[in-house]
Amino acid sequence: MNSREAIFASIRRSLAVHGDEAPRRFEVETRLKEAPPGVVPKRGQGDLPARLATFKAEAERAQASLAEIADWAGAPAEIARFLRENNCPATVRMGADPSLAAMPWSETTLEILHGPSDGRDVNAVSAAFAAIAETGTLALVSGADNPTTLNFLPDNHIVVLPRDAILGDYESVFAKLRGAYGKGGAPRTLNFITGPSRSADIEQTLLLGAHGPRRLHIVIVG
Amino acid sequence: MNEVATSAHFKENAHEALTDARLQGALGFSRNFVGRRAAAVARLPEFDALRDSARAIKDHTLAHLDLYLEAYERKVRESGGEVHYAQDAEEARQIVIDLCRSMGAMSVTKGKSMISEEIGLNHALEAAGIEAVETDLGEYIIQLRGETPSHIIAPAIHLTAKDVEQEFRKAHRDLPPDRSLAEPEQLLSEARQVLRAKFLAADVGITGANFLIAETGTSIIVTNEGNGDLTQILPQAHIVIASIEKVVPTLEDAAQLLRVLARSATGQDASVYTTLSTGPRRPHDPDGPRAYHVVLLDNGRSAMLGGEFEDMLRCIRCGACMNHCPVYQAVGGHAYGWVYPGPMGAVLTPSLIGVAEGGQLPNASTFCGRCEEVCPVRIPLPNMMRHWREREFERRLSPAPLRYGLGFWAFFASRPALYRLGADLAARAMRLAGRGKGRFSWLPFAGGWTRYRDLAAPEGATFQSQWRARSGAVR
Repeated sequence: MNSREAIFASIRRSLAVHGDEAPRRFEVETRLKEAPPGVVPKRGQGDLPARLATFKAEAERAQASLAEIADWAGAPAEIARFLRENNCPATVRMGADPSLAAMPWSETTLEILHGPSDGRDVNAVSAAFAAIAETGTLALVSGADNPTTLNFLPDNHIVVLPRDAILGDYESVFAKLRGAYGKGGAPRTLNFITGPSRSADIEQTLLLGAHGPRRLHIVIVG
Repeated sequence: MNEVATSAHFKENAHEALTDARLQGALGFSRNFVGRRAAAVARLPEFDALRDSARAIKDHTLAHLDLYLEAYERKVRESGGEVHYAQDAEEARQIVIDLCRSMGAMSVTKGKSMISEEIGLNHALEAAGIEAVETDLGEYIIQLRGETPSHIIAPAIHLTAKDVEQEFRKAHRDLPPDRSLAEPEQLLSEARQVLRAKFLAADVGITGANFLIAETGTSIIVTNEGNGDLTQILPQAHIVIASIEKVVPTLEDAAQLLRVLARSATGQDASVYTTLSTGPRRPHDPDGPRAYHVVLLDNGRSAMLGGEFEDMLRCIRCGACMNHCPVYQAVGGHAYGWVYPGPMGAVLTPSLIGVAEGGQLPNASTFCGRCEEVCPVRIPLPNMMRHWREREFERRLSPAPLRYGLGFWAFFASRPALYRLGADLAARAMRLAGRGKGRFSWLPFAGGWTRYRDLAAPEGATFQSQWRARSGAVR
């Protein structure tokens, strides 16, 4: 008997089952198929203006900074302003996301680099898959256009978020995920990000910028 | 062999901890957790309903654990990952070492993992010639000191900033000796700089998992620093080590548990980074690990199913029980002598390393019940400690004076008339003997009490006779 078999045998011995019981299998298959939502807090619910207001308040509680702009064309100027006001270098790295690529970067003096980070970048820009009003959380997915290294290595992480991608809760993000990847499917990495990196490991003093970004700036578009 | 335990010497460990002035100063830091948790709970009206939901999810999963593990395993394979099973610590260490060797790995970065502590992985990797670097700030600090964590979510909570400064000056010898490290910010920034180089150079990244999702074959880690993410996305391979009870059915189930986890642990509504990983890098992904392995550890857990300690398998390792425990707050985590401290450790340790080694720990309780009150998955911790005490007593592992004393008391307690007579006589005798001062500074057989404080002398009759007199008067 190999270890896998030994562990399954021990589990089944303890549970007093043999594993082939049809009602148990049916119950498990049903739960996996239906994925019942459980208790979903009211805090994130409401129409888009309500969700936007909750998202902003919660993201600020988590020490993220926010800006709202009317259209995609305004994003490069807002990002340039953010970097200038925080005395950051005028270079940003980003993936091949089409919504970012379509922006008028040449209207700013920013230098644009593409592809994953090797750890030497100070600034990165990502496009969000969705956001969660309940906790002020961004949802970012990995893929050909979105290197995950950009979410963690640079000092300043700027995330562009379409206003109508602000959903109420985690469950709504999962529904959107199933739309994009199929039921039971998932991207290699799904990052839920709530504020900039931090640690309280030294005397329980909260400090920002532990291993990940020191600043998280969210640009809401639309 | 697990990591060496000194749990059998809890009394001596606790005594040492109580007289350690430096430790007593540092322990104050963990009191912040209580207020933060209370504030987070107050902001969420659904918190108690979520606790019920979390408990139900765990109970349902444990009752169908074999089937959810099969489903999980199938999905991991579908996404290009591999699943390995380890019955005990030794086997888990060997699997990790073999994987590292097969990839020619010389250096490993690690996200914070209690399973790694449980199996003593760092020592094994180093013995195999593989450098293992902890990257969670707290874990990094205690690794430099050669210690085990003293808290499951704040491993270095027993240390002050001054201790950390000394450790960094000893370890980071290539940095200028006259640099200032007086502020916690400077310590953090130095750790960030030193560990950044380790992240970028590592061949393999090892993380734990807060949850495994059967629906998608996903592992979840939760961090505030981002160290777990840099650990798993930069090296060529990501190895997840997790115990079998970490699996939950669906994404929705994980969300229920995440909502109670962060609030119970650090008092945050959500941790900064909650990361879901599914398999290795996809064909067009510009970054991410090229190999993804999951090592599933049993180490005694399958035997706990269906038994009186099954509820303990619901534990999601938030640390709320130790943050609210008067015993933990007084002695800190190291006194518990193994990997898991506090009330959850007092229940889990005897299950994992045996009642002979860990049976002392369930005595480290005042039975105040706060641990059960705050537990996000409602584990009846005090009751389970009581079960362990019974077992310890049955197996004659408790000290002889305690066993004879209890036997003596039980003899009278099960004979009410004799008990009343004896108690009445004792109360009278003590009233007479203590009538001068009204208290005793010494009494035979009560030296353990009177060494630290006086015992008040009885002033009237026994409780029972007073009760009888009063209820008679009311009637």
